[in-house]
Amino acid sequence: MQHLTKFAWGAGVVLLLVAPYLGLYPVLLMKILCFALFACAFNLLLGFTGLLSFGHAMFFGSAGYVTGYAMKAWGVTPEIGLLLGTAVAALGGLLVGALAIRRQGIYFAMITLALSQMVFFILLRAPFTGGEDGLQGVPRGWLLGSIDLSNDLAMYYFAVAVFTFGFLAIWRIVNSPFGHILKAIRENEARAVSLGYDASRFKLLAFVLSAALAGLAGALKVLVLGVETLTDAHWHTSGEVVLMTLMGGVGTLLGPVIGASAVVGIQSELADKVGSWVPIIMGVIFVICVLSFRKGIVGELASVLTPSRGREHSEPGVSPSARGSVARLK
Amino acid sequence: MVEIKECLRVRDLQAYYGESHVLHGVDFHVQRGEVVTLLGRNGSGRTTTLRSLMGLVGRRSGSIRIDGKEVIDLAPHKIARLGVGYCPEERGIFSSLSCEENLLLPPEVAPGGMSIAQVYQLFPNLQERAASQGTRLSGGEQQMLAIGRILRTGARILLLDEISEGLAPVIVQTLDRAIRALKQQGYTIVLVEQNFHFAAPLADRFYVMEHGQIVEGFEARDLESKMSMLHEFLGV
Amino acid sequence: MEVFGIPAQAWLGQILLGLMNGSFYAVLSLGLAVIFGLLNIINFNHGALYMLGAFCAWLGLNYLNIGYWWSLLLAPLVVGAFGMVLERTLLRRLYELDHIYGLLLTFGLALIIEGLFRHFFGVAGQPYPVPEALMGATDLGFMVLPTYRAWVVAASLAICLLTWFIIEKTRLGSYLRAGTENAKLVQAFGVNVPLMISLTYGAGVALAAFAGVLAAPVIQISPLMGSNIIIVVFAVVVIGGMGSILGSIMTGLGLGVIEGLTKVVYPEASATILFVIMALVLLLRPAGLFGREA
Repeated sequence: MQHLTKFAWGAGVVLLLVAPYLGLYPVLLMKILCFALFACAFNLLLGFTGLLSFGHAMFFGSAGYVTGYAMKAWGVTPEIGLLLGTAVAALGGLLVGALAIRRQGIYFAMITLALSQMVFFILLRAPFTGGEDGLQGVPRGWLLGSIDLSNDLAMYYFAVAVFTFGFLAIWRIVNSPFGHILKAIRENEARAVSLGYDASRFKLLAFVLSAALAGLAGALKVLVLGVETLTDAHWHTSGEVVLMTLMGGVGTLLGPVIGASAVVGIQSELADKVGSWVPIIMGVIFVICVLSFRKGIVGELASVLTPSRGREHSEPGVSPSARGSVARLK
Repeated sequence: MVEIKECLRVRDLQAYYGESHVLHGVDFHVQRGEVVTLLGRNGSGRTTTLRSLMGLVGRRSGSIRIDGKEVIDLAPHKIARLGVGYCPEERGIFSSLSCEENLLLPPEVAPGGMSIAQVYQLFPNLQERAASQGTRLSGGEQQMLAIGRILRTGARILLLDEISEGLAPVIVQTLDRAIRALKQQGYTIVLVEQNFHFAAPLADRFYVMEHGQIVEGFEARDLESKMSMLHEFLGV
Repeated sequence: MEVFGIPAQAWLGQILLGLMNGSFYAVLSLGLAVIFGLLNIINFNHGALYMLGAFCAWLGLNYLNIGYWWSLLLAPLVVGAFGMVLERTLLRRLYELDHIYGLLLTFGLALIIEGLFRHFFGVAGQPYPVPEALMGATDLGFMVLPTYRAWVVAASLAICLLTWFIIEKTRLGSYLRAGTENAKLVQAFGVNVPLMISLTYGAGVALAAFAGVLAAPVIQISPLMGSNIIIVVFAVVVIGGMGSILGSIMTGLGLGVIEGLTKVVYPEASATILFVIMALVLLLRPAGLFGREA
């Protein structure tokens, strides 16, 4: 199993590096990378910390606007632009997280949703965002002052680099002592607290990291596509990233990447053909995933390939300690 | 001639909590009007047995016949409607209801249930506390309430789980008197009890459980001769 | 007469408008609270079902010649029945799992329902006429009172009080309240709890549809009306906490009024004021104004 995993990783990296030469459209690939990073950032919160945020679009979108505006109006270099977007998202994560962490479970989700709606309204009305029309004509700029990113190939490899950075950051976080404490909090918060960990602090930090990386994804996306619209801050996008993560596999590292690829792929395939059916199809896939496909693609594959995993992996990523009262006899 | 009927017959009852196999084939029976006690250490499966009888355990197999009717696959509310009253170990008093509302909550499952007046006669304390919020009652009062409310329903088969647990001797005496009164009125009672001294004078028959199975069963008249065995099993 | 430089008529008009919007918030958050209490599920598709109620009224009028008054009765029944089917076939499978999955399922259902309506009806709003009996307005001297708005507030209050009465004062209500604490034990007493749960979900959803019919003559009926309002209702629920039925009602009404007043005093903030209040409540009293647990 170890060798298979290493081989798969290696193959994946190689594939990523040569993809443009295989005839795959680089802008689509870059879009997938952006959403993959977004989903991975989201999964850090849901899968590894056990917090469901329904408002991650606010970080994704606002970072996109900030970076887009900085590139367009101030002419900064792309790495500065990305930094600005990420910083704003991190700050937003701190503010929102501090408020939302005060409640648990479903309330937490509702609060993130409500706050993201507030951000949506602010972005709608803010003068620099261009309102309903959005931000157009965002330049990609010159990386480090010397590499022209308007060349799709150069942009592609830059995007791969940014994605890899984000992905490795998450991998590092998950496998660090900090990450282990997050998992402990996810499994049984009361026990973690009794062991002396300030659960709120850890959750907040996880939230900020997740928001920052989501922001990085959004900032990258505005560079890739050159436009930023309110759609990216709309709660439908928040829902989409949940779907990507669920479909790919909550609590796995690769799951969100696969989920994002699948969702973006399906959407771009169907967009011209059945336009207004796309949200309905997404909804149906969502329902099917929740009802009978909760482990997601990667989760199902993992359980097929390693059959004797204990019960603890049966519902990956979501806190097993919170069961509905309907099912319990106290 | 009074016809003695087998009111409850359990055969090879297996029960699971998730992956844990908790009951490994429980066999026993209870005749109408008897008081039967399930003895055993903590974790031996006594509470699970009662819960399985009530249909509250997720996975179970085997046979449970109530008055001859097979109920192994029935939902809890259907089993209750056959005239079974359940008093859980944790008592289950509802905090959002007053004492009297708790008492009045369970619906009538058979004719002939006690009236409120009769319940208050059995447990006078409850009348004084009628308007108090359910969970504000003392442990003993809550226990009386838990028993009182199933008496109102008309259930003639009572499953009582650890009713004397943690209660002051005075209350335990009240419970003892109540069980004797119910026995006289012909109720069939399955008692799960840690407190041997409470159960011993009340029971017609005893069963001992260990590791999810019945390992011993004997009549009240054989109690003396079984004391050393009980001492070994239960540390009595 | 002027207060802070704004005519009394404007104040009172906005208060009434706020009460009307608050009525919708109250009825919707009541439905959510009823469903959450027993099923522990946040019914994300509450907004979509509110929209469905309004569309039932519209479709009823335009295709089946069913008028407003009949719609007030039929739309909740139809939508309630639909809700019961959803509960039976889909939601029921998730009770043993983390609450989150229920939320996700209802979210997915909302996407499907709204997507379908958007596909068939587009996003443009459809008008619905105010019923004849409720047209016009009364001049009270200090303000003009549009009859329909007063009706909405009255009808909503009536339905909220009816719901409160059923829950707090009837036998069925005591089963519901006990079931919220310990559903299995209530079942062990002989109450058909699974049926009760289905009916409760249906009732909660019927409340949403009722609000939808009430809203039909005042709001452009569009597939988006549900998602626009549901997020506001979530904020209302977080502010009120879900500890009490009366609490949900008062919070809904109160916040509607605050929103209305903000429109007079500082219109730019009216879209975000509720979220700002939510943030404040979270800072000062995280359990919500009437919430029971922290």
